[in-house]
Amino acid sequence: MADASAKQVLFEPIFSNNPIALQILGICSALAVTTSMNVTLVMCAAVTAVTAFSNLAVSLVRTQIPGSIRIIVQMTIIASLVIVVDQLLKAYAYEISKQLSVFVGLIITNCIVMGRAEGFAMKNGPWLSFLDGIGNGLGYSALLVFVAFFRELLGAGSLFGVSLMPVVNEGGWYIPNGLLLLPPSAFFIIGLAIWGLRTWKPEQVEEPDYKMSRHIAKEAF
Amino acid sequence: MAKAKETVSRTLVVALVLSIAFSVVVSTAAVLLRPAQIKNQNLDIKTNILSAAGMLKPGSSADQIEEAFSRFDVRLVDLDTGEFVDPSDVGVQDPMKYDMYKAASDPQMSTNIPSSEDKAGIKRRPNVAKVYTMSENGHINRVVLPIHGYGLWSTLYGFISLEGDLNTIEGLGFYSHAETPGLGGEVDNPRWKRQWVGKKVYDDDRSEPQVRLVKGGVGADAKNKEHKIDALSGATLTSRGVQHLVNYWMGDRGYAPFLKKLREGEV
Repeated sequence: MADASAKQVLFEPIFSNNPIALQILGICSALAVTTSMNVTLVMCAAVTAVTAFSNLAVSLVRTQIPGSIRIIVQMTIIASLVIVVDQLLKAYAYEISKQLSVFVGLIITNCIVMGRAEGFAMKNGPWLSFLDGIGNGLGYSALLVFVAFFRELLGAGSLFGVSLMPVVNEGGWYIPNGLLLLPPSAFFIIGLAIWGLRTWKPEQVEEPDYKMSRHIAKEAF
Repeated sequence: MAKAKETVSRTLVVALVLSIAFSVVVSTAAVLLRPAQIKNQNLDIKTNILSAAGMLKPGSSADQIEEAFSRFDVRLVDLDTGEFVDPSDVGVQDPMKYDMYKAASDPQMSTNIPSSEDKAGIKRRPNVAKVYTMSENGHINRVVLPIHGYGLWSTLYGFISLEGDLNTIEGLGFYSHAETPGLGGEVDNPRWKRQWVGKKVYDDDRSEPQVRLVKGGVGADAKNKEHKIDALSGATLTSRGVQHLVNYWMGDRGYAPFLKKLREGEV
């Protein structure tokens, strides 16, 4: 039983309960850091690490946290971890940390991290919470990598910085689609990804908020 | 038990213990990683300087960069007089530690640029700039100068490298900007940057800087083509910004007095 649920906690967020595609959380960084695969992967690793360890820490102290200050306690834990991750990146992955700039710091406000701390780690044991953090991090990563793949390939003709389709500016044949390097394109790709996912798993489609009633009023003409 | 944890004193204790625990974690990380971070930042600046001077071989290791950079002399220059100043005049021991962009926001260490002359859109200019020179047999054969100015969205920060005649451009590069990727962001395109190599900043009389970014490419028989660079397509304002900032910094309010002194062999 424990095994099955651990597996569920780890893998469910990837497709069945994806934090971006189903819960529509963490969109901000999904727009900002997906112009190249390298940067995206580092960001994904950072978010996964922060979610996993903040879940672990919150879960460990969950019985001690007074309800009145529970959100600020979670914020303190998350913020501390984000600062540590930021410092680590500046020390060991300087180039990429420059490109990620403020977005590492903004992991603090990433709704996924806080959402999992409050929604899962406050009610579950440390091990399961840790796995839940990894799972949600992977769910976030899966979608970001998907978005970054198309943005870098079509926007810059390369993947991981390696030129696959030589662009015209550098003497090749591919005219890159500049739109894909701008943030709005991430909306389009995420939208298409959500459409695809919900076609594959129709149970994710939400009930409409209301139904339009039939038009019955008699018009003047 | 459930009730006991909601008391005020307990809340305070929990808050205090957690704050202390996490401040220890954060400060430990900051202190332990600081040396590696400073090393990275310095290496980054050196990499940018070498790359503007066209001296950066792709895939160089940190040691190779340090070694190549050690051939430069780092000097501080008073922009008004064009003369070298002692690092202690700006309150540092090592000229490398002087930050001219920090100085630009310090009223004591910078001057206001009248808006009619503020071509680069930077408003204030530090009194003292940090320049990198390289000499061989007592003659300066390369000068790398920091330049910055406003493009479309952002201030572009970079370096321009001049040959020993203090007129021929050896390279130009920006290390920090936020121009539109794919359009203005093409200032980073190596093919575009290669055009700058061999262009001349000044005419024969060495008065006004003449650099122009022109639309439609520079033909082989274009007039004054030694001053002309093909503008970035789709990025008129970024191109204009680059033209203005290069001319500003090469002009009288920028490095012209220093270059003049250097040419006359006075400093």
